[in-house]
Parts: sequence; C-alpha cells; structure tokens
Amino acid sequence: MNDVLICLFAASGFDKAAQGLAGAGRRLAGELGGGLRAFVVGEGAEALAREVARVADEVLFADQPELAEYQPETCLTALAELCGSLRPRAVLLGNDTYSQEIAPRLAHRLGGSAAGDCVEVSVAEGAAVRVSRQVYGGKAQAVLELKRSPAVVWLRARSFQPAPARAEGGTVTRASLDVRPDTRTRVVERRREESGEARLEEARVIVSGGRGIGGPEPFETELKPLAELLGAQLAASRAACDAGWVPPTWQVGQTGKKVTPELYLAVAITGASQHMAGISEARTIAAINTDPDAPIFKHCRFGIVEDYRKVLPLLREKLKVLRTED
Amino acid sequence: MNILVCLKQILDPEVPARDFRVDAARREAEQGSANLVTNIFCENALETALQLRERAGGDVKIMVLSYGRPTAEDSLRKALAMKADAAALVLDEGEGTPDPLAVARVLAAAIGRLGEFDLIMTGREAGDWGAGQTGGLIAEELGLPCVSFVDTVEAAGGLLRLKRQTDTGWELIEATPPVVVTVTNDEHNVPRIPKVRDVMMSYRQPLTKLTPADLGLADGARAAGGYYEVAELFVPQKEASCDFVAGDTLDEKVEAFARRIVEVTRGM
Ligand SMILES: Cc1cc2nc3c(=O)[nH]c(=O)nc-3n(C[C@H](O)[C@H](O)[C@H](O)COP(=O)(O)OP(=O)(O)OC[C@H]3O[C@@H](n4cnc5c(N)ncnc54)[C@H](O)[C@@H]3O)c2cc1C
Ligand SMILES: Nc1ncnc2c1ncn2[C@@H]1O[C@H](COP(=O)(O)O)[C@@H](O)[C@H]1O
Repeated sequence: MNDVLICLFAASGFDKAAQGLAGAGRRLAGELGGGLRAFVVGEGAEALAREVARVADEVLFADQPELAEYQPETCLTALAELCGSLRPRAVLLGNDTYSQEIAPRLAHRLGGSAAGDCVEVSVAEGAAVRVSRQVYGGKAQAVLELKRSPAVVWLRARSFQPAPARAEGGTVTRASLDVRPDTRTRVVERRREESGEARLEEARVIVSGGRGIGGPEPFETELKPLAELLGAQLAASRAACDAGWVPPTWQVGQTGKKVTPELYLAVAITGASQHMAGISEARTIAAINTDPDAPIFKHCRFGIVEDYRKVLPLLREKLKVLRTED
Repeated sequence: MNILVCLKQILDPEVPARDFRVDAARREAEQGSANLVTNIFCENALETALQLRERAGGDVKIMVLSYGRPTAEDSLRKALAMKADAAALVLDEGEGTPDPLAVARVLAAAIGRLGEFDLIMTGREAGDWGAGQTGGLIAEELGLPCVSFVDTVEAAGGLLRLKRQTDTGWELIEATPPVVVTVTNDEHNVPRIPKVRDVMMSYRQPLTKLTPADLGLADGARAAGGYYEVAELFVPQKEASCDFVAGDTLDEKVEAFARRIVEVTRGM
C-alpha cells in the first residue's frame, strides 16, 4: 500500500499544524502514488473529521469513551490497530506532546522506522522515505533515509504548506476499534498554563525574555506591557524557564515550542543554537542585548545594543506615539 | 524500589556554532577541542531520581547505564559522584553512530541482565542527534508502558505519580510500575554539581562492564537495527545581516528601533 495516514487529535482542531500535516501528507502521497487518509481521535472527532475531509480522500475518526481523552497506552494501541488494518506506507504526526510520545513506539509496533521534528519529507530513489531535520542543537542538518516500512514521521507541521481542497470531499467513517483501556498509566489531572489566550505556536508577534532579564518581576512589569501593546505572546529561553521565572510552556527552542511569528523580539537572550532551532521559521527576528557579539545578532534583521531596562520603558512610549501617528 | 537511569555521553552541545564542524563523509560531528559531556536531560533524569530517593528514604537504589565508547565511563563516574548507587557500561565497539533501534536493543538487553527495575528513566532527547526515541523504543522492547516529558516523580503506595509537561500545561499521571519515563528539564531538576573529591573517589567504585556480545547481541547490534541511515550531514549556511539601529542618544536609537517594529507589525 502506498497510502499516507495523518493522525490528528480532535482537541486541537484544524489549526495551522493540522493543515500543514495534511499538506505534507498530500504531497508525500502524490510522490508515492497513493491516497491521503486521516485519523482523528478524541472527543468531538467527528466535527474535525468533516473539516479534514475537504482535503483528504478518506477520514476515519474515533470518539468512543476509551479514546475520548488522551491516555498514552490506550491511544497507542488504538492507532497501532488501525495502522495494522490500513497498512499505510507512511504515518505523519505533528510535533505536539502526544504525537512525539507515541510515534517511536508506533513505529516499533508496526515494524517500521520513526524520525522526528522533520522539516522535509519525500521519497528517495528506491522508494525509501527521506526526511530532513536539524541535529546538534540546530548547528547541523541531517538527511535520514528510513529503512523500514511504514515510515512514522513527526513533523514541524506548521512549516508545511496546507493541502489544496478537493472538488469532491473525502469519505468520513467512524472507526470501530476494539480497544480495552490499558490502566498501567492513567492521566488523572490536566492543567492549562499558557502565556495568553492564543497558542504560542500560532502567535504572529512574540516578545521573548532570557536569563539577562534577571528575575520574574521584569517579565510582569517590563515585558508584559510591551507584549500587550504589540498584541504579542510572551515566551522565554530555557535559562529563564529553568530559573523558575516563567512556566516551562513558555520555552522556545529545540526542546521547547517551534514558533513561526512575523516578528520575534528577543530580549536579553544570547541566541544559543538550541534556542534558534525554535525560531528558524520566524519571518523577522530582532534583539535587545548589551553584548554586540551575542550570536542572536547573527540572525537578526535589526537590533539594539543596550540594557533592556533602559530600552523598554522608552520603547513602549515610542510605540504608543507611533501607533497613534500611523 | 529500583531505578535505572540511562546516560548518554555526547559532544558538548554548548560548542558555539562558529567552532562546530562536521565530517560530511563520515556523517559525524568533528570533536575538535570540544569536551564530551553527559547529555543534560540524562542528568535531569538522574537528579529527578536522586530527589525521589531523598524523599522516599532508604530503600531506593539507583543504577546508571550507558552504551558508548570507553570515554562514557566518565559520565558514569560523574553520576556515581552525584550519588548514584551503581553503574554499568556497555562498550560500543562498532563503526559510526548506531541508530535509535540498535541503541534501544542494547540498552533493553542490558537492563534485562542487570536486574529488575520499577522505574527506567531516559532523557527526552540527546543533545547531539536529538532523536527523542530511545525511551519509547526501550519500553517497546521490554513490553512496558512509557510516559514522556516527565519532570517530577513521586512514590505513593506502590504507585508512581508522574508530573509531565504538555504543550499547554501539565498532567499528573499515575503509573503502576514497572514503567519507562523520559525526563525533561524544569526548575526543580537542575542537576546538582558533584564535589571534585567525590568525582575522584568515584573512580575507585566498582563499575560493571559489558559488551553487546555478552548480551547475546553478537552479530553487532547495528546490523540487527537497520532502522535509519544518515544520508547527509551538513552545516547549513545562513545569512542575515543585522542593522544595529543608529543614533547619538539612547532616545534616537530606541526611536529607530520602534519604527522598525512598527514597520514589520503594520496591519496586524
Ligand atoms: C540539549 C539541549 C537543549 C536545549 N534546548 C533549549 C531550548 O529549547 N530553548 C532554549 O532557549 N535553550 C535551550 N538550551 C539551552 C541553550 O543552550 C542556552 O543555554 C540557553 O538558551 C541560554 O539562555 P539565555 O540566552 O536566556 O541565557 P544566557 O546565555 O545567560 O544569555 C543572557 C543574555 O542576556 C544578555 N543580557 C544580560 N543582561 C542584559 C540586559 N540588562 N539587557 C540586555 N541584555 C542583557 C547577555 O548579554 C546574554 O546575551 C538547550 C541546551 C541543550 C544542551
Ligand atoms: N548510548 C546511550 N546510552 C545510554 N542511554 C542512551 C543512549 N542513547 C540514548 N540514551 C537515552 O535516551 C535518551 C534520549 O536519547 P535519543 O533518543 O537518542 O534522543 C537519552 O537522554 C538517554 O537517556
């Protein structure tokens, strides 16, 4: 079989990641000469399934009670069962927590190969699936050839172009999966802790603070008012998160959020490669840093070499004035 | 309770980009003058285990395990100095870099040999190749459940309570051991720094050494893997030139900076 299966969690809706995933899936299916299928899991899956059907050939969804809420073992078992009967050539997932958690295990159960955080996926000579991803903390790029089938790949889905809508929508079917809850692990509590109303990954402007901010207070008193003025989301480097100044959900980078804003304003952040790995898709990067040799400036469109404590109060005033002039 | 923590020794990820080179033919990074260090997330995992032991009191034993070159012994010694109870090294004598499945098979076989563990911990990913797969693959090799991105573990009446990070916040997960977890960083598991004296003393402690052959993986774990192959490795050329905003006074500079921001955010 040369089909591509994309896996979506109902709770996220048809966001930029889901759309990118469908786009990547459609193009890969074209190269393989197969169709594009989608699997949507979780409470409310049917509504998302209908949306996805505009771009996929066939959509299966599962909203049965055991799968309504994500539980690692149960979800994995369901997905493995579904793939066992559909026999796709490639399974594509996003780079959200749950997808990253189950992808390598899914590959193992299906006798396939997995690779993650990929920015390209295509078919090599000899029909092997080829992916491209950053390695060495963003300092190098690797091309991997997956030796086994299916290829299970999790992608930086937001970096991919969406799929074109089809004249004729795909079919939508409720998958009947024989899953028994696996209670060896159980999610007993879920909490949201975000930097604002919208998701950081979807933000168009981001104001991000690093270790040079010096403590939790300036995030509140200096960065937050600036973010409000710009309609921006707040984010941080790992150093600021590890210091406990802001929650880990704010972390941007190789092991944090991969963001794609129009403007990323880095305040008192060095620009270590692992941090830059999270913002390689930002359209414009700008920085405020006291050190003119900070690596961040190598990636910036524009920057200012000054103490942020002097810059920010003035910057807010200037922005207010310029906004009213505009 | 018995805990096993997997440690990987890697090229120091803090090597600045300007000093980083790859050997494109061998598809590996050049070590140059860089140090080899323990992957940070492995140390976060060990720190999480040490804190669990401190809270639980006496009957928690922590063993550390690495599969690597002879130099990986230094990572294990450092872990002993951080007060892990025991250490084991599986010597990698093969060519090149083994793929994640090959690594997971060796580690799973070693874990089977070394004892019975209630909790097996890995880092969320290694700071070199960043595969982010080994924990999950070990779980599959051993037929165990797995929870990723954990930052806190507590023992509660025969169960393990795991706090783990998600994209939007966190989750609390109850697990019936044995279970595999992959660990991520948070403010509470910043690894402790061992005393120099303890590091020196650690070289007198016993350390189990094995080879894949000892584990019945005689044909070379790599050949059995065949999971993926690195077709290319290169350093991408990025160009960006930064305009440092000009001005004689702070006010002028910030004004120029503000104008640039307005330019790129216009219409949003
Ligand atoms: C495997 C691995 C994964 C990692 N993943 C991530 C990740 O996902 N995200 C991430 O961010 N990091 C990650 N890191 C860590 C990364 O390598 C850096 O250590 C980290 O990004 C540094 O954070 P920072 O720039 O805030 O701090 P620092 O490096 O301490 O830099 C502080 C900066 O602030 C400037 N400064 C100080 N005071 C002021 C002031 N008053 N005004 C203006 N500027 C000032 C300084 O000049 C300096 O440039 C990872 C590391 C490893 C090994
Ligand atoms: N060679 C190895 N020896 C011991 N542990 C390893 C090895 N490779 C990977 N691991 C473990 O798996 C984690 C994730 O690595 P990776 O899947 O390679 O990104 C690491 O943080 C280690 O805990």
